[in-house]
Amino acid sequence: MKIVLQNLTKKFPGRGRKKREEVVAVKDFTFEIPDGTLVGLLGPSGCGKSTVLNLISGLEQPTEGKIFFGEDDVTDLPAEHRGIGLVFQNYALYPHLNVKQNITFPLENLKGNDKLTKAQMNERAYEAARLVQIEDLMERKPGELSGGQQQRVAIARALVKNPSVLLLDEPLSNLDARLRLQTREEIRRIQRETKITTIFVTHDQEEAMSISDLIIVMKDGVVQQIGRPQDVYDNPANLFVAKFLGTPPINVFHGRLLDGQLCIGEEAVLSVRELQAPSFGDVSSSAGNASGAGNSEVLSDAARQDVYVGIRPEGFIVQEDGPFSCTLKGVEVMGRDISVLSYNNASLNPTVRSIIGAQYHVDAGSGAVRFALNPRKVLLFAKDTETRIK
Amino acid sequence: MSLALYQPEVSVCFGRQMGINMKRKKQLNNNMNGWLYLLPALLFLGVFMVYPLIDVFVYSFEEGYHSASQTYFGTGLYNYSYVLHDPYFLQALKNTFLLVMITVPLSTVIAIAISVGLNSIRALRDLFQTVYFLPYVTNTLAVGLVFMILFQKTPYSDGFINLMIRFFGGTSVDFIEGPYWAKMFVLCFYTIWVVMPFKILILTSALASVNRDYYKAARVDGTSRWRIFIKITLPMISPMISYLVITGFIGAFKAYSDVVALFGTNLNAAGMNTIVGYVYDMLYGDSGGYPSYASAAAILLFIIVLTITCINLLSSRKHVHY
Repeated sequence: MKIVLQNLTKKFPGRGRKKREEVVAVKDFTFEIPDGTLVGLLGPSGCGKSTVLNLISGLEQPTEGKIFFGEDDVTDLPAEHRGIGLVFQNYALYPHLNVKQNITFPLENLKGNDKLTKAQMNERAYEAARLVQIEDLMERKPGELSGGQQQRVAIARALVKNPSVLLLDEPLSNLDARLRLQTREEIRRIQRETKITTIFVTHDQEEAMSISDLIIVMKDGVVQQIGRPQDVYDNPANLFVAKFLGTPPINVFHGRLLDGQLCIGEEAVLSVRELQAPSFGDVSSSAGNASGAGNSEVLSDAARQDVYVGIRPEGFIVQEDGPFSCTLKGVEVMGRDISVLSYNNASLNPTVRSIIGAQYHVDAGSGAVRFALNPRKVLLFAKDTETRIK
Repeated sequence: MSLALYQPEVSVCFGRQMGINMKRKKQLNNNMNGWLYLLPALLFLGVFMVYPLIDVFVYSFEEGYHSASQTYFGTGLYNYSYVLHDPYFLQALKNTFLLVMITVPLSTVIAIAISVGLNSIRALRDLFQTVYFLPYVTNTLAVGLVFMILFQKTPYSDGFINLMIRFFGGTSVDFIEGPYWAKMFVLCFYTIWVVMPFKILILTSALASVNRDYYKAARVDGTSRWRIFIKITLPMISPMISYLVITGFIGAFKAYSDVVALFGTNLNAAGMNTIVGYVYDMLYGDSGGYPSYASAAAILLFIIVLTITCINLLSSRKHVHY
């Protein structure tokens, strides 16, 4: 089922004695989530992503705006009538009930025509358990399960009612690194099998990028960008999105546009013409406010403009006569590739981290390194608004 | 040559043996230290708990023990037989049992209801919590006096409760010196009122510590409020309920000061004595001076409380979820 959010705004009353300012957790959120997609809601902690989830689930009421499931306005519908499954960050499995009782718990609430017999409930519970592969744990108590197993039980409990929307709040944050990889594939598989529209919240960009069809990047309650993971990565709408996505993070420099050349420090590193103009996929059109329209005119008019230059770690090419020079700080060998740590006066970060193929050789003792830059991996942002120029 | 070869091994051997000896010595030392640290607590427990317990047990078998002259006639079960045939004791036993069976379940249920109510309101919660906690910090005798005045009926005037009964068209009853059921009612009412604050305090904090996510999960699943209460809230706070029931039983079996506060010290005459009251009377009351009977009654009370507590613990295994 598709989900439509229309100008969704949530304000919380201020707490405390002296300053009682309203807290705007979500601001003017408008977006349509297509049917059957897996959407990652991404942002640093406190950016309002869990609030969006709670608004969709019906646990919170929006201050303004509307929510549609399919064509139905569910804004005023209580949570239990929305047909959603919700998986909590701490799983919220009832500790005194065993796995089977936990999974059948939602079914026992059904009333009237929907009421199920014991046998039907059993069947549904086992069906859900099979989907998440926990059939042989049905008699155990949650306390006797590992974190990953508890997670599966929580998903089974959310799925057993055949919800039209599945919501996952930080589903992987309580798992260790290895289990996280496994479980995120698992979530992907379950979503593919059930074709349920799924929204999950995370602050881990890698998690969101790896399994989502679409990611929504939020900051301070405002949507920054929406799009397919690769598109958002290649074409971030602003400096925040560029910095938030990607490990190792993007390197940011103070730069200058001078006579059609991009300068970092005193060095002209690229011709501006080589840089791509920002293009955002059609899905992100609703976030158009974030991308500055008509920036190209600004560029051509101003012969000289200060900018932020973001260069992805993989955008550096080691080249002896490369135009961009840095002080070499060290080299980290990763096997598949090499991480070159260097320093440049114009850099905002203390260390410039670049990743190059293992076939290149960098002499760690030489003290300096020169790079050529891949124009596709170089992004320009306006100094004042931090929105993307090129 | 051979000597030179052997020497190191000897020293190794010697060293190992010394190591073992040292280890043992150290362990012994450690044990000594441990006991030393425990000594003050053990001493106090021994003198003020274990010794009196054994002493009471011994007294209960010594017939006609006299504490001043430290003499007794013989040993046997006579003290128990006397106590068990004493109508005052039987009355006290009946009173205590009635009090326990009525007040413990009732006070627990009411406390749960009030705590859940307190937990679900936002406005004025702090105020109500304070109000409900007030009886806890009020003096028992003062409260008893207030109850006496509230429920009293003298030839000249009616207490507040009787005024209310008369207002609604009933006939006034003397709750303090009147019929047995009326006196029992006042006693139970008073006991419940007195034990309530502590229970509410414990239960509200137990309720507050239940993770909100359980309720959110239940809400998303459309669970009715009653089912949430029965299936989630109660099991979650069951360890605390069990604790309150067990301590409640023990406390109610030991009731004494409340009864004195309401009915005065001559409890046998009022027919409102309790087991502890009986023990006290046997020791110090007008009919007192019988430490043997008192000891036998005390041991009987101990056996009753022990049995009930064991039953409680056994049944809690099934119904309490830790």
